[in-house]
Amino acid sequence: MALLQSTQSAPIGVGVQRDGALSQWASRHAAILLLGAVLVFLPAVANDFIFVQVVGWAMILGIIALSLMFLAGYGGMVSLAQMTVAGVSGYMITVFGASSLPAISLFWPWWVAAPIAIVIAVAFGTLTGVLSSRTEGIYTIMITLAIAAAFFYLTLQNWPIFNGFAGFTTIPAPIAFGINWKHPVPLYYLILFFAALSYAGVVYISRTPFGLALQGVRDNPRRMEAIGYNVTAHRVAAYAFAALLAAIGGILMVWLNNQISPGSAGIEATIDLLVIAVVGGLGHPIGAFIGAIIYVILRTFALDSLVAIGLDGRRFQTLIGLCFLVIVLFSPDGVIGLWRRLSARARSTGGRERH
Amino acid sequence: MATAFGDDSGARGPARGDALGRWIGHHPIAALVIAVAVIFVLWLVLAPWPVAFEDVFGKKRLFINALFNGITLGGLYFLVATGFTLIFGLMRNVNLAHGSLYLFGGYMGYEAGEWTGSWLFGFVIAFISCAVVGMAMQFLIFRRMEGQDLRQTLVTLGLSIIFSDLMVWVWGGNAVQIDTPDYLAGPIPTPIVVAVKSSGDAIFLQYPRARLVIFAAAVVIGIGMWLALNRTRIGVMIRAGVDDRDMLSVLGYRVQLLFILVFAFGAGLAGTAGIVGGTFTSISLGEDTHFLLASLQVVIVGGMGSIPGAALGAVIIGCAEQFGQTYFQNYATVLTFVIMVIVLALRPQGLLGRR
Repeated sequence: MALLQSTQSAPIGVGVQRDGALSQWASRHAAILLLGAVLVFLPAVANDFIFVQVVGWAMILGIIALSLMFLAGYGGMVSLAQMTVAGVSGYMITVFGASSLPAISLFWPWWVAAPIAIVIAVAFGTLTGVLSSRTEGIYTIMITLAIAAAFFYLTLQNWPIFNGFAGFTTIPAPIAFGINWKHPVPLYYLILFFAALSYAGVVYISRTPFGLALQGVRDNPRRMEAIGYNVTAHRVAAYAFAALLAAIGGILMVWLNNQISPGSAGIEATIDLLVIAVVGGLGHPIGAFIGAIIYVILRTFALDSLVAIGLDGRRFQTLIGLCFLVIVLFSPDGVIGLWRRLSARARSTGGRERH
Repeated sequence: MATAFGDDSGARGPARGDALGRWIGHHPIAALVIAVAVIFVLWLVLAPWPVAFEDVFGKKRLFINALFNGITLGGLYFLVATGFTLIFGLMRNVNLAHGSLYLFGGYMGYEAGEWTGSWLFGFVIAFISCAVVGMAMQFLIFRRMEGQDLRQTLVTLGLSIIFSDLMVWVWGGNAVQIDTPDYLAGPIPTPIVVAVKSSGDAIFLQYPRARLVIFAAAVVIGIGMWLALNRTRIGVMIRAGVDDRDMLSVLGYRVQLLFILVFAFGAGLAGTAGIVGGTFTSISLGEDTHFLLASLQVVIVGGMGSIPGAALGAVIIGCAEQFGQTYFQNYATVLTFVIMVIVLALRPQGLLGRR
């Protein structure tokens, strides 16, 4: 699995220079701080469409892709069921919360429905983990893809709970603390808050003893077993944490789109999520968000730009597939890896010039 | 993980008769349960059902139709999944573009049939065109990333995105139905009683001739492959390659040529299955993922890399799908999913897989 081994980000070394002052910390994380500032002030300069439908949507996809990145990058398990976990939580919040279908929805308040949805989705994700931890390596993809596809066909066929291919529409975001979270600006900040929280959560977990042990399991499960770690338990726990991220993303996804249908967590969406994570790069949590913004920008503007250069705008999927192939063939560690190699080269040539 | 092609007890030859007796001796209760189950199924199929029994379980006609449809669908799944499992077993390549090859074969066969008016000629065209695509994939791409199974899988994923979009471009989104040739059209009577008239006359089952003939063809292909793998020189090479690829190439065999041949054969088989699927029902957009999912489920249940396992898994999954659609429509996919879960829980390597 060369792809995963090349994604070592060596988080162990990061904490070494902790004696430095705040300024040192700030300079090391300048890019992240700058990005955060841009995102916080974005609603002031951009229009609703840009900051909700493009940036907000990218952050939601980023959260779900982050759960895949966490499993694949730190755990070595490429799970294709993460979009399905998001779909489960999205469906559950419509079943327990509000929608335009009184025959199915229970109309419980959001502070009951959202936790229930998350608990069910995490249970589902953990079960997926238990199943796919029974085998190793490349089998994980097969099993999780089979699970994802089974869920897609279930939502398509099942009317009593999932309302078949029609799905649910008109699912309002809640009104809480006197704020209507359906409005673009509050919704944007809600998404931003959870995106930042998920990112910080993954970075934090990756440095805890659990996160380090998980990376040990990724690199050499047999040796970890011999040292006395419970390999399966670490894997299943990783699935549970990843499912929590995906579940949060799923609820936000429903609130943003105002609808959910089988296609929301369908096979195409599942594959697109893997594309996002791989294109961004599995080596660092930020890769999930980079991949997501690239994907959303392509998705939003490719149609027009394809037509502008004289091609058929409907060939969007081919474009996505080609981008993905180019990344997999020439930079297996994604845009992150490309960036690392370019900056390393710039540094080495810069060093040579000084001599 | 070594995988079994074929029954390795074949090597022991004369002891095979005793093996069954010994197995019964070791597992008397399991043997009894299996024997009772077999007798019960035979009774279900052959005997006319008592009225009280039909009141509880529905008409016998439904049951028999589901059973026949399930088994013949299993034949189709076997044709698709056997190429998938061969490619996986030998090259460790989870070919996620396998469903696209199925669809491509179906379309090519349809075009050939429209052009020449010959149904059988379509099989030749479908086999050759898919085999060429498969050879190109192995020769141009996978040869360059041998041993990197995750990366290969991602490449097949990218290819499947592009293939399916290009096929939509060429053939559009409408379903294509391949006409059954006249000599296979219509039903034939079978000696199975589905009901008894009030006058005492038995009503016999009428079943589509095409489905039975195609199922027979699938059985013949399966037996032919088993013989080729267990009795010919190239079969020995393939089985040796599955067990230890490096050793085989060290011994001076041309492993790359073998890989290309197996990839071509597996892809070609998927292509011919496309025509079968187009004749059974129809081929359309989305069928590629349906058959990819079926292949995944078949190899997970049957055992990864095992051809008898693919046959067993195909029949189980085919029957589960048809019985699910007949008896609990809203949860039909849950049945196949539950079977998969049970198999993974009890035998993670699949029913006939080998660790």
